[in-house]
Amino acid sequence: MADLSPLWLTVQLASTTTFFLLLLGTPLAWWLANTRSKARPVIEALTALPIVLPPTVIGFYFLILLSPTSSIGRFWVEITGETLTFSFTGLVLASMFYSLPFMVQPLQTAFQTIGRAPMEAAATLRASPLNAFFTVAVPMTKRGFLTAIVLSFTHTIGEFGVVLMVGGNIPGETKVISIAIYEHVETLRYAEAHQLAGGLMIFSFIVLMVVYALNRRGAVHVG
Amino acid sequence: MSVKTLNLRARLPFKDHTIEFNEGISLTGITALFGPSGSGKSTLLRIIAGLENRGNLRLTYDGDIWSDTNAGIFCPPHKRPVGMVFQDDRLFSHLNVAGNLAFADKRSPKVNNPITMEQVVNSLDLLTLLNKFPATLSGGEKQRVALGRTLLTQPKLLLLDEPLSALDIRRKAELLPFLEKIPREFGVPAIFVSHAIDEVARLADEVILLSPDGYVSARGPIPEIFDTQEMHDFTGKFEAGTFLQATVTAQDEKFHITTLDFEGEVLRMPMVSSLNIGDRIRLRIRARDVAVAISRPEGISIRNAVKATISEIKAEDKTAFAEILFTVGTQTLRARITRQAVDELELVEGQEAFALIKSVSFDRRVMISALD
Repeated sequence: MADLSPLWLTVQLASTTTFFLLLLGTPLAWWLANTRSKARPVIEALTALPIVLPPTVIGFYFLILLSPTSSIGRFWVEITGETLTFSFTGLVLASMFYSLPFMVQPLQTAFQTIGRAPMEAAATLRASPLNAFFTVAVPMTKRGFLTAIVLSFTHTIGEFGVVLMVGGNIPGETKVISIAIYEHVETLRYAEAHQLAGGLMIFSFIVLMVVYALNRRGAVHVG
Repeated sequence: MSVKTLNLRARLPFKDHTIEFNEGISLTGITALFGPSGSGKSTLLRIIAGLENRGNLRLTYDGDIWSDTNAGIFCPPHKRPVGMVFQDDRLFSHLNVAGNLAFADKRSPKVNNPITMEQVVNSLDLLTLLNKFPATLSGGEKQRVALGRTLLTQPKLLLLDEPLSALDIRRKAELLPFLEKIPREFGVPAIFVSHAIDEVARLADEVILLSPDGYVSARGPIPEIFDTQEMHDFTGKFEAGTFLQATVTAQDEKFHITTLDFEGEVLRMPMVSSLNIGDRIRLRIRARDVAVAISRPEGISIRNAVKATISEIKAEDKTAFAEILFTVGTQTLRARITRQAVDELELVEGQEAFALIKSVSFDRRVMISALD
């Protein structure tokens, strides 16, 4: 039986990354959907970069950015006593950037689809902007949120290059499932590799199928 | 209840011109902002609601400043006591009708004698719709729900942004009576934006006419405004008409006809049973509903033939039409006939002829103002 700790670590990494991405990506997507600022294309391009860049490029720059010789890395060492590179926290930061477009783009599309009209109506019905966001915009875009959350989660599960560059292969800290599979293959332990790889494939397939099924059912009340 | 005043001064670039607006509106009954598409009337309404804040604005309601660009004051839309009904219904698709109504009800400020959910459901006939979702409603039903939802915010002012324009003729006819009665029934004044003259004629008490270039070209109570040159410039000769004063002389129950005396001539119209014999009323007669005969016609279905003097013939170059102005006693009647007919009948100014009136439109509100 293969060691299941990489699986557990992967779920932790994907959940943490998705949670913080939701907090960061929602306002960013809202801003992108509504702004008339000239900075919009610049921010949109930055957000989409992880789609086109090889994970090794992202990993390489994060390795430099987070290392104790950089200001961010040094600051982190000073306040926590730990390094950001080769740590779970560092992995979360790198994963957030790596999965950013998968959170922002579905949300931005959903916000653009409902447009300003429902928010204007909510305002004339005495709802403050924040209240209108949570009681009108979020429920009207719940399919967008579901898609964004699932894509960010599954995309983070599937990452390899960034983890290898930034996190290395520390059991219980940075050794996620994709790294473990790689290691099993390298050491010719195909049986263990099969267990993890097959499990991941089935898991991903089931999650995606559930999402598509839910999206179809949700379509009934969308006017 | 005392009448509040809304003062709006707005100067802002709009499409290819500048909107210049500086009017005080006494908030009583329904005031129509009337003008062609692109004159900026919807934008003015959105400024009042607080949904637009651009250009140079100063907007006050009963002394409260809602917008003042120079002083840097802007009251956000959710803090203004206005309710808005949009051209598109803007119902929340994730909530059913009851949920949409409750959304407004929950957030409404505490007021004396609030408009209740029960009143709104009864007045707008929403009982059978409460459990339905917006996607399953007809256009007219959606607008009724939108109107009800807006009333539940306890607005001091209703803003109606072409609420009929997205509906077909039948749905329009369904919704009109509701729009007509709601502001009066609930005592909420309304500003109504429209580019359809029939809606304005039916709903509004006062009209502010916006020119295509974004300034106010005329303003006044209905019916006076309808016969101003500015109104004709906008509506064209097709809708032009005149108002006549007449006295009710008889109510014929058998044929369902109300008979009127108009400068010694007899006019008949479909019976309006609320009228009493002796009432002085005002009628609107469109020029296109008046034909001309040089002798009193016989064997014709048109019942209203008025002997009149042609005071003016205005031929319209480059069209088939001419406008004939008649004098009857002290009143004026207008007819729109073809130039060919003028020619063949050899009509000349000063001649006596007969004005044949095909249709008389009578407006409840016109009677009220005539009785004042």
